[in-house]
Amino acid sequence: MQVNVTVNGTVFTREVEPRLLLIHFLRDELGLTGSHWGCDTSNCGACVVWLDDVPVKSCTVLTAMADGRRVRTVEDLDRGGQLDPVQQGFAECHGLQCGFCTPGMMMTARWLLDHNPDPSAEQVREAISGQVCRCTGYENIVRSVLWAAKHEGGGT
Amino acid sequence: MTGRTDVPPAGGGAYGPLRRKEDARFVRGKGHFVDDIALPGMLHGAILRSPVAHATIRSVDTAAALAHPKVAAVITGADLAERGLAWMPTISADVQAVLATDKVRFQGQEIAFVMATDRYAARDALELIDVDYEVLPAVADALLAMAPDAPVIRDDLPGKQDNHVFDWAAGDKAAADAAFAAADVVVAQDMLYPRSHPAPLETCGTVACYDPLDGRLTVWSTSQAPHAHRTLYALAAGLPEHKIRIISPDLGGGFGNKVPVYPGYLCAVVGSMITGKPVKWVEDRSENLMSTSFARDYHMHGEIAATRDGKILGLRASVLADHGAFNGTAQPTQYPAGFFHMFTGSYDMQAAHCTVTGVYTNKAPGGVAYSCSFRITEAVYLVERLVDLLARELDLDPAELRLRNLLRPDQFPYTCPTGWTYDSGDYPRALRLAMDIAGYDELRREQAVRRARGEYMGIGLSFFTEGVGAGPKSQMDILGLGLADGADLRVHPTGSVVLAISVQTQGQGHETTFAQIVASELGISVDDVEVVHGDTDRTPFGMGTYGSRSTPVSGAAAAVAARRVRERARIVAAAMLEVAADDLEWADGRWQVRGDPEQGRSFAQIAMAAHSGLELPAGVEGHLDASAVYNPPNLTFPFGAYICVTDVDPGTGEVRVRRFIAVDDCGVRINPMIVEGQVHRGLADGVGMALMQAIVFDAEGNCLGGSFMDYLLPTSMECPSFELGATVTPSPHHPIGAKGVGESATVGSPAAVVNSVMDALAPLGVRHADMPLTPASVWRAIQGRPLRTDLAAS
Ligand code: FES
Ligand code: FES
Repeated sequence: MQVNVTVNGTVFTREVEPRLLLIHFLRDELGLTGSHWGCDTSNCGACVVWLDDVPVKSCTVLTAMADGRRVRTVEDLDRGGQLDPVQQGFAECHGLQCGFCTPGMMMTARWLLDHNPDPSAEQVREAISGQVCRCTGYENIVRSVLWAAKHEGGGT
Repeated sequence: MTGRTDVPPAGGGAYGPLRRKEDARFVRGKGHFVDDIALPGMLHGAILRSPVAHATIRSVDTAAALAHPKVAAVITGADLAERGLAWMPTISADVQAVLATDKVRFQGQEIAFVMATDRYAARDALELIDVDYEVLPAVADALLAMAPDAPVIRDDLPGKQDNHVFDWAAGDKAAADAAFAAADVVVAQDMLYPRSHPAPLETCGTVACYDPLDGRLTVWSTSQAPHAHRTLYALAAGLPEHKIRIISPDLGGGFGNKVPVYPGYLCAVVGSMITGKPVKWVEDRSENLMSTSFARDYHMHGEIAATRDGKILGLRASVLADHGAFNGTAQPTQYPAGFFHMFTGSYDMQAAHCTVTGVYTNKAPGGVAYSCSFRITEAVYLVERLVDLLARELDLDPAELRLRNLLRPDQFPYTCPTGWTYDSGDYPRALRLAMDIAGYDELRREQAVRRARGEYMGIGLSFFTEGVGAGPKSQMDILGLGLADGADLRVHPTGSVVLAISVQTQGQGHETTFAQIVASELGISVDDVEVVHGDTDRTPFGMGTYGSRSTPVSGAAAAVAARRVRERARIVAAAMLEVAADDLEWADGRWQVRGDPEQGRSFAQIAMAAHSGLELPAGVEGHLDASAVYNPPNLTFPFGAYICVTDVDPGTGEVRVRRFIAVDDCGVRINPMIVEGQVHRGLADGVGMALMQAIVFDAEGNCLGGSFMDYLLPTSMECPSFELGATVTPSPHHPIGAKGVGESATVGSPAAVVNSVMDALAPLGVRHADMPLTPASVWRAIQGRPLRTDLAAS
């Protein structure tokens, strides 16, 4: 089937199998390998991207379901080469080790801060609770997001 | 960072909480992982796996799969057997089936390998393969596997009549028995350290590319030990080693899971040779959890002997170790039970003895893997639980009992009853600091108040000593390869340098910390050091990253190579300043004339001169490049004190970890920020292992932990905000005084959580329950009917 998906501001028209998962469309068809895949059961959140401005697990979305819609991935997080405060926060506060969960965590964090510019540590924990990090014990991810909230220069 | 320390940070000029170099690519989504690789014409591999745990294979019919329009080739065990590759050596002197030929011996075992033009088609084709199984009785219980009438799993081994793998012992039995005979008090406990899985967020995978023209094989692999893999491919597949290049790109975590060579890797290699195309194989999560290296699975009996006033006299342990269907544990050959016999831990005692028996079961092969420091995790858990049980028996505070028995600083270097020589330590200082951060006495007062109100609050301690940085070549090897690591340091004329190392980061930040080591030694900026790793064509031989060995071994090699460079620079500086080399001293990051510090040359000035026409003394080559191979004289022995505060709901059995305090001493900290990050990770492991993580089997050998729905990992909701502290006791034999730390918290923390929950439940008379302390398991323990947590309740 044919799909038209707007990814990071560019419209892509592609012929795809109806069963193709969005994560594989992004990674294998478009070469956007920043979003990762980490589980078979929608548990890990390594694949989180935005679909029409809402974080989704792209391993649980068919490409067909994204037809005519907008997708935003980690590759679109910076602004004209300037790191987003969330990206800066992760680097500042050692919010990543292997970096595999990081794109998904940052996409969720960006969404959180857009909707709650001054979250508590508890609210950050809740926001990322559907995602798994095997490296950081979450402590520094929480600190990174709080750092970003503090250094936000006007939001998105 | 918020960590507290009672000593100032030590180390060279570039040490400190530097932000990581590697983050620039990761935060932009530009990390480069194995599954990101796409080569022209690349085929995608998928593995057909056994649905049953034990069965004879009558036939494998691949005709329909081969007829699939997108399938390029299918490999079976029979195909591999023709090439002599149906079996491969494990890293524990056993063999493992690559693709099964005779029987399957665990659920998820590899049977056939399909290569197709896309990953979905490869999966489709698996469904077209027809395997005829004759199901055999399976044994998933280590205790039953030792029974005389148990089905024999490894009938491929000549003459094998049982499931016994090895017997091993350490310590002095007579001395231990004498200590026990003289004791006022003996406390014993059976405990299970259940099977778990490291589950890095990135699963294992590979891209193999064989070039038939020049016979070169390039393998991108999720490998913690690229050089060891290269040698294994050469030995297993008979390929010339100089034609093999292993590239380990960014790894999405490892924790031991990415040490072995897995059947899928070899299938991709053979597949590329057969098809002439690059072949990618990346396992899915169930494959990762069901077939790659598990960890733990130790059935332990421990006994501790003491005087009535709380002086520990001796320790005994006997262990039944479940190794699964093939013995693939990753540990030095000389130690089939790893370093378990460091089980006297941090305490001063006269005697100890332990025995370990290994057994085959119809469960996934492997072993050791998961940040365990070669089985010290199991040992620490055993002794720390026993010490708590002893405290309860003696009606002593567990902190007080520990303080009475911890090794004293003046006892170092200390040789423990089973023969390990600990390098350095100040244990009471670490425990007191942890108690201070926790507000220990206040916590005990709060607990008393809550108990009076009928609330169940627990305070659990653990103290650990690890031996990491394997290791001395005279004492340990893996498959005959000594555990030394090389470092090459190239110096460019402008004074910037490239360090090539053999170890492989999986998130530990080597590109930053190794640059800090070199920068400190040479008085240059960290930005002027480029660290190359993960490519066997570009780096010197070494055994890789596991067992917390990067800093103890490879970090030492980097420091030694840098010091060689510095000595070469001294000769050049002497020629530049027209003085004798002996008249120079290294100060403030430059060589300068003793007593005349104005007269000196920076490293960059010297580097340029070394490449110039400057006349050098006879026999001096010029240039500054140097290399080193570091064969450690001993392990390093990090230690720490952990305190975990929990609240338990006796109605539901739910445990909340309220606080977790961790004081770690890993000697000199190159980058305290990275050290703290590693400790955070291990503390999360402790929460997970103690409360959630277990790979459970049913009686037929069905794995019930094959997904993240069933194998529960801690999330941000289960982990508390960790409170860290540090003491610094340098290692006397390590060039920069550092010790390993990557596994410390994984090793030390589970016991603190379990001790805390048992402390909470003490008023209910609960003495012990096995991990994981799920609500069901806690509730059952409260009812006086503890669960066997490794088997499905029947
Ligand atoms: S890949 Fe794990 S939730 Fe999407
Ligand atoms: S940084 Fe490795 S999984 Fe989160």
